[in-house]
Amino acid sequence: MKNKKNWPLWEVFVRSKNGLEHRHFGSLHAPDADMALKNARDVYTRRSEGVSIWVVESKNIKASNPDDNGEMFEPAADKAYRHPTFYELPDDIEHM
Amino acid sequence: MNTMETMKNTNEQTKSLEDIFEAKIARDEKIEPKDWMPEKYRKTHIRQISQHAHSEIVGMLPEGNWITRAPSLRRKVALLAKVQDEAGHGLYLYSACETLGVSREELYEQLHSGKAKYSSIFNYPTLTWADIGAIGWLVDGAAIINQVPLCSTSFGPYARAMVRVCKEESFHQRQGYEIMMTLCNGTQEQKDMAQDALNRWWWPALMMLGPTDDASTHTEQSMKWKLKRKTNDELRQQFIDQTVPQADILGLKVPDEDLKYNNETGHYDFGEIDWEEFWQVVKGHGMCNKERISARKNAWDNGEWVRDAAVAYAEKQADKEVKEAV
Repeated sequence: MKNKKNWPLWEVFVRSKNGLEHRHFGSLHAPDADMALKNARDVYTRRSEGVSIWVVESKNIKASNPDDNGEMFEPAADKAYRHPTFYELPDDIEHM
Repeated sequence: MNTMETMKNTNEQTKSLEDIFEAKIARDEKIEPKDWMPEKYRKTHIRQISQHAHSEIVGMLPEGNWITRAPSLRRKVALLAKVQDEAGHGLYLYSACETLGVSREELYEQLHSGKAKYSSIFNYPTLTWADIGAIGWLVDGAAIINQVPLCSTSFGPYARAMVRVCKEESFHQRQGYEIMMTLCNGTQEQKDMAQDALNRWWWPALMMLGPTDDASTHTEQSMKWKLKRKTNDELRQQFIDQTVPQADILGLKVPDEDLKYNNETGHYDFGEIDWEEFWQVVKGHGMCNKERISARKNAWDNGEWVRDAAVAYAEKQADKEVKEAV
């Protein structure tokens, strides 16, 4: 008889202090973005863990698939020339 | 390919995926929700994490019972904050559990129907204010011992939730011990109350760490998956070794005639635990099983109109935004 609508899932990101980035803290259920923010305040910042909160509905996140990690991330593995240590310099050179 | 060959290939594929998985765990690498995992690993984690979440939620009930009767404002705000933390811990754990592909509604349904278990300790009644002290000191103390090793468990979301829980839990234990301390420094009647609470909570707290290793059906697999990092018996011994000296400081007597420090092992020897009582409570025949589940169900059912109203409001606001945009 019931046409049940459950509260959607939201991902919560918290900036612990200015100067730091927002970091994923966890998730929660809420009927809308405003309630998600309020719930996030109560669930994830009871001890002054944050100065700013972002919430985003979980369904809006597109995540990479770990099964594709090969094609996705391995191409970076053989490009040592992207790192400073790849380049040979004389031992006595300074400020470089 | 015929069916037999397809099946054989699928089996071999699963086998090699499983080898990769086992090797990852052996290297202490974490498993994240979207990684391949054996179905049994997933199911076992859903069972354990949800039981843990349910325990936090049901755990609010015995203590909530005393919020309005706390003896001072200081005690009241502390107890309120503790109970609120437990709600928070339940929520961290439910969301960790949901990453394994089970919905919040299914989890609640399992709790309310009695299909899912929660810690048997919460089926004991809180008769006096001293029980709130004993719960913080002993029950949260045992919980911490159980939870600290879980901070390095193999499933990423569970481990991260446990790190947050453990950070918050230590205040729970300290506020409990402080209550006991105050009672023990009070009148004879107050001291008797503290002793009575210890007498009633000691054995259930020992049982809380789970059946003995030889009777625990899940320990071996869970150790292999690093879902458990220490066995129940190890955790129990650690709890006893830590707690007995704390009882001595309070001047209370642990209700175990066989309890004795063993110089050779460096641990306390202790008496026989009444496992019959434990299994009775697990099976639903504890003092408060029915009361706890019915309180939980009532809270859920009576809150339904609030949840529905919130959804209706959210939909109305969203509609309004669309209309304004047009």
